[in-house]
Amino acid sequence: MRWIWIDRFLEFKPGHSAKAIKNVSLAEEHLHDHWEDFPVMPTSLICEGMAQTAGILVGQARDFKEKVVLAKISKAEFSELVLPGDQLTYHAELQTITPQAASTHGTVYRNGQIIGTVDLMFSHVDQNMAGLKFPKENFVFTGQFLRLLAGFVEARAQ
Amino acid sequence: MPMTQDEIFQKVKETLVEALGVDEEEVTPQATLTSDLGAESIDFLDIVFRLEKSFNIKIPPGDLFPDNLLNNPEYVVNGKLTPAGLAKLKESTPHLDFSNFEKDPDVSKMPELFKVETIVKYVSKKVNG
Repeated sequence: MRWIWIDRFLEFKPGHSAKAIKNVSLAEEHLHDHWEDFPVMPTSLICEGMAQTAGILVGQARDFKEKVVLAKISKAEFSELVLPGDQLTYHAELQTITPQAASTHGTVYRNGQIIGTVDLMFSHVDQNMAGLKFPKENFVFTGQFLRLLAGFVEARAQ
Repeated sequence: MPMTQDEIFQKVKETLVEALGVDEEEVTPQATLTSDLGAESIDFLDIVFRLEKSFNIKIPPGDLFPDNLLNNPEYVVNGKLTPAGLAKLKESTPHLDFSNFEKDPDVSKMPELFKVETIVKYVSKKVNG
């Protein structure tokens, strides 16, 4: 399994917003454990899908020079379950971005209907206040993620 | 028209309830952000972002909460702020109350400097001049 929880971008407005989709399929192993008799897309993985959508938006805003990591789930609310056969759409908006961090507001749709909100904060880890050092290469934005942006923006790993 | 202290406090309280997921009753002027309200480092940035939006103000890095001070070996020796470090801290964040801290400037006690009233004082100066 690859740790990639969005299938395709539908829209990408640099520095402003992004929209990605994820088709939920019974071919995914994790659904059979969550749960065997009633497969449901885990909300934690819906948060991850939003984090990937919003994280790429944040990374692109600094031309992928920063290592962007999820630092805080400020809000996560869901009103409906997501089942195999459903299509999720993640709409992320960039609210604030500074040299140290960024915040995003996200709306989750199931088959076109709003079913949740996921607001997140990301840290630019090289700018951390504790002065911790990380590897030079950008281990966050690998080719796999950047390929999703093909056709929207030119993206190269730093 | 200038905002009253109470108006500012109420708005700061709303901000902290949202940013830290605490109950309104917990947000008293004397409550410390870390020990009493459970704030972690990323929450300090979250609070700054929310205050900027809610009060329509700009908070430069290191203005409300000190920035990068502890990374400087000139300012910290054996876990305590040096006189130069303390002077720098006082200069960069004059809205903090140093009366207890300066007797024993142990960096582990620094989070205790950040109280709800600290934010109210800072925002008040920003919005009312």
